[in-house]
Formats: sequence, structure tokens, C-alpha cells
Amino acid sequence: MSVTDRPAITPPMRAEFERQTLDARNVGEIVRPLSHWERITNITGVRRFFILVLLAALWQAYSVPLDNPLIFPTFTDTLDALWKGIVSGELPARTAVSIKVLLMGYAAGVAIAAVLTTFAVSTRIGTDLLSTLTAMFNPLPAIALLPLALLWFGLGNPSLIFVLIHSVLWPVSLNTHSGFLSVSETLRMAGNNYGLTGIRFVLRILVPAAFPSILTGLKIGWAFAWRTLIAAELVFGVSSGSGGLGWYIFENRNELEIANVFAGLFTVIIIGLLVESVVFRTLEARTVRKWGMQR
Amino acid sequence: MNDAGTATPLNEEPLLEVDDVTLQYKTKEHLVTATYRVSFRVHRGDRFVLLGPSGCGKSTLLKGVGGFLRPVEGRIRLNGKPVEKPGPDRMMVFQEFDQLLPWKTVMQNVMFPLLTSRRCSAREAADRARSYIEKVKLAEFQDVYPHMLSGGMKQRVAIARAMAMEPDILLMDEPFAALDALTRRKMQEELLQLWSDIRFTVLFVTHSIEEAIIIGNRILVLSPHPGQVKAELNSDHGHATAGDLAFLALQERIHRMLFAESVEDMKVRT
Repeated sequence: MSVTDRPAITPPMRAEFERQTLDARNVGEIVRPLSHWERITNITGVRRFFILVLLAALWQAYSVPLDNPLIFPTFTDTLDALWKGIVSGELPARTAVSIKVLLMGYAAGVAIAAVLTTFAVSTRIGTDLLSTLTAMFNPLPAIALLPLALLWFGLGNPSLIFVLIHSVLWPVSLNTHSGFLSVSETLRMAGNNYGLTGIRFVLRILVPAAFPSILTGLKIGWAFAWRTLIAAELVFGVSSGSGGLGWYIFENRNELEIANVFAGLFTVIIIGLLVESVVFRTLEARTVRKWGMQR
Repeated sequence: MNDAGTATPLNEEPLLEVDDVTLQYKTKEHLVTATYRVSFRVHRGDRFVLLGPSGCGKSTLLKGVGGFLRPVEGRIRLNGKPVEKPGPDRMMVFQEFDQLLPWKTVMQNVMFPLLTSRRCSAREAADRARSYIEKVKLAEFQDVYPHMLSGGMKQRVAIARAMAMEPDILLMDEPFAALDALTRRKMQEELLQLWSDIRFTVLFVTHSIEEAIIIGNRILVLSPHPGQVKAELNSDHGHATAGDLAFLALQERIHRMLFAESVEDMKVRT
């Protein structure tokens, strides 16, 4: 059936009208405050804490009947070992050693990434260099470079810092660069319009505009660095004198102090959580969330 | 506001001279000639409108004046000096709402170009920013971040930001095109009000004939593919006279100019 064959549909004629709107007070609730329960469950921290409590309860419920401290110590035993480790000062000392190395490697990695991406965003050859390097090295596990690093830099912190830089540099560069590329043409033109060029343009327009991506890069870089460090210490931790957290875990396994091993792992997790939920979350709340660039 | 064109003697040096400008840009596959030998002159106090259908190179022309694009032929001169690169003497207001820096408040956004161009001290910048924010009626929003503003408010901030620089010429690239009809009308009125208060020079790009007649005192009509000058017309209409006979006649005249070919097509068919 072609269009012209279709029966003509005509809408019916209706009378016009105008009317007063009703008094809104009769409508009932227009704005209602949320109940206490709704408000409490809206707090992300509360919900996450609840999950943690649930996990701890499950752990305890599994390990108590198992009753095998050599394989799987109970939650309370682990807490006890953690507490003793902290009070004796050994765990904080080990953690400090790890964190110090970690921060040095992280800072160096981020600094090199900043130079590399600035170069990449200002020249075409820089872009090619960055893309090629990240494509080559990003998939390469940092740990795989450790034997080589030990050969070049010997036993000790320089080797650890070398692998840390490797683990931080590529994800941070990759994210920062893709962040720079996604900055809208309008913002770029606005920046140029004010006479901003070169490094001032990068710092005052590109970096803040790409901040969500940069932050993601920093987070991924942090996680990679932390992971790499613990793994490297597990293997070569004795190198750096007193040894870090990874070495603490390794030593205690050798001495069959499994509760201490768990306490060491616990510390790793707690620091990870703290950095994620305090440092990065605060940074997010103060920047990208406040600016409406991220929910 | 009708007296602007006649009050200024014509022998005065033009502010902006565009002579036989051909602009080209490259896409992935093509080299596009956006405008071909376009010439026009903008005088101080002009509300000069570049009008034409899409593809007539009016935005490209504005970018050329802004210094974002070098002409392959011809010259663009501002105050007698050739335009070579973007600079704060020609402030752009874009169509897109994302032209504001999202990491800065309204106040900081308006102050930013003042500070980066080192035109004035922080204190002066704050004072000047405050007075221009007041002029666009956003005083109570000065500490708000752009994501909390409506589209019309964002455009007002962009206008305040550009005007606070007190540039030689204000370049506006369809600044109201992304707004709803009611807001657009209001913004047009406000722009005209600001013009009669401060008397700046504006080069305004639009594809709406009505907007061109309302905003402009001088209208450059461009034909598409590539953009060439079809006419340069005067207009002394505002919202008050919109819809009267002279207004409609001008609108009809421009419409016929731009769509002459399609009108002829219709005549042949009937």
C-alpha cells in the first residue's frame, strides 16, 4: 500500500480551554526530607565499612572451626599479630622503609612522565616517541626488569627505584597523554586566545583540563608501584639493609609465623586502602568533583 | 542606537581591515577552501555581523581574524598591524558551553585572561572582573563553578570574560546558537544593552537572518562553497522593531539573496 492509498486520518476538533493551576499545598508532599536510614545508607563509607565487617566475620567463621594456624590463622589471631607488630615497632619500621623507597620511585616516575608527556604534546615526534615507548614497555612487567636492574645498579635501593620508575612511568604517561588529547578544541583555542603558549599553556590549560585522566593515571601508577615494590622485596628485599614489608612477609613465612605473614599482608592492604580512600579521594573531592568534571 | 553608523565619519581609519582573504583548512581527506577573496572593513563601535548558511566559511573567517588560521592569500590587519597569532586584543566568545575553565569559579574565569596576559595586578583584575560580572547580572554567582550554571549563564560569563579584557574587538562565534529560543532572545537584548552602555566593537557570526538584523548595524552576507561576499547591508533594527515592515523587507531581501537559486528552482517547477 503506497502512502497515498492510506485512509486520511484527521484528528478530531476539540474545544479550547484555559484554567487556573491548583493551590500546590493541596498536592501533598512536594519536598520530603529523607529518613535517617536512607541518609545513613547514602554515605559511601558506611556501606563500605559494612562490607569489611561482613568479610571479617566470614573469615572468622571459616578459620575458627578449621583451627590450623599454620595454614589459615583466625581473624583475631591476625589482629593480635598485627597489634604486637605495631607495638614492638617492627611493622612501622618495615613499612617506613618500603614507603620511603616507594615515594622516591613514584615521584621520579611521575616527574619523568611529566617531562615525556609535555614533550609529546608539543611536538609530533614526541607523540610518536611516547606512543612507541608506552606500547613497548607498558606490557612489560616491572619485576621482569629486576635481574637486569640488579646487574646495573647492584643490590640496594637504586635497583628498586629503577623498577618502580618503570612501573609508574608508563601508565601515568599513557593516561596523561590521552587526557591531554581529549581536551576540547574550544578550551585550547580559549587558552591560545589569552596568549598562553608552550609550558604555560600545558600547565594552566592542559593539566587542569585533563586532570580526571591524570588522576586515574596516578592511581594506577600507585597501585602498580606498590605491587612491584612488595614483589621485588619478597625476592630481593634483604638487599636494602633492614628490609621492607615484602621482606617481613618473606621472613615470617620462613619462620612459619603465619599470623605475622597475614599481619604483613594486612598492612599492605591497609596502606592501599588508606591511600585510595584518603589521599586520592580527598584529591578527587577537592578537584575534579568540585569542578563537576567527575561525579 | 541608530546613530552609530551615521555619527562616525567614514574617512576615519577602520579598526579591522580584511582584504581579499582566502582561507583554507585541511580535513583528513580534503583541502577545503572556506572563503575566497573576502574583503570587509570594521570600524570602531560596529556591530558587524558575518551572515551566511553553513559552509560559507563565516566561522573560519572569524578564526582567521582571531589569528588561529593564517590566510593563504590576502591580508588581515587590526589597527594597521597584520594579525599573525591569537592574542588577547581579540577576545573570542565561542558557541560551546565548555569554553569556560571548569576548574575555576565564575570570578576566577573572568580574572584568568586578565592575569595571564599580565594586563593588570590581581587587585585590579578582581575589581574589573567584579564590575563586568555585575554587568552581565551574575554577581550572586561569582563564586560558583561553571558546571552549576545554565547554558545562558555560561555564555554570559564568557561574554563578561571577553569584555573584561576590553579588547580592541570582540569576536563572537554563534554565541547564542546553542541556547533555547527564549534565552537567546534575552541574551540578544542584553548584548545590545551592553553595547549601548559600553560601546565596544564586535564581530558577530550567525546563520540566523533574524539575529543578524537584530544584532548588527552592518551585515556581511556570504555565499557558501566557498564563502564569498554577496552583499554588505545596513540594519537599524532591534527587538522593538522586529516584525515591522522594514524589518520583514530586509529579512526577505537577505533570504532571497542567500537562497536565490532554490527560489528559481521552485519557479521552474511550478
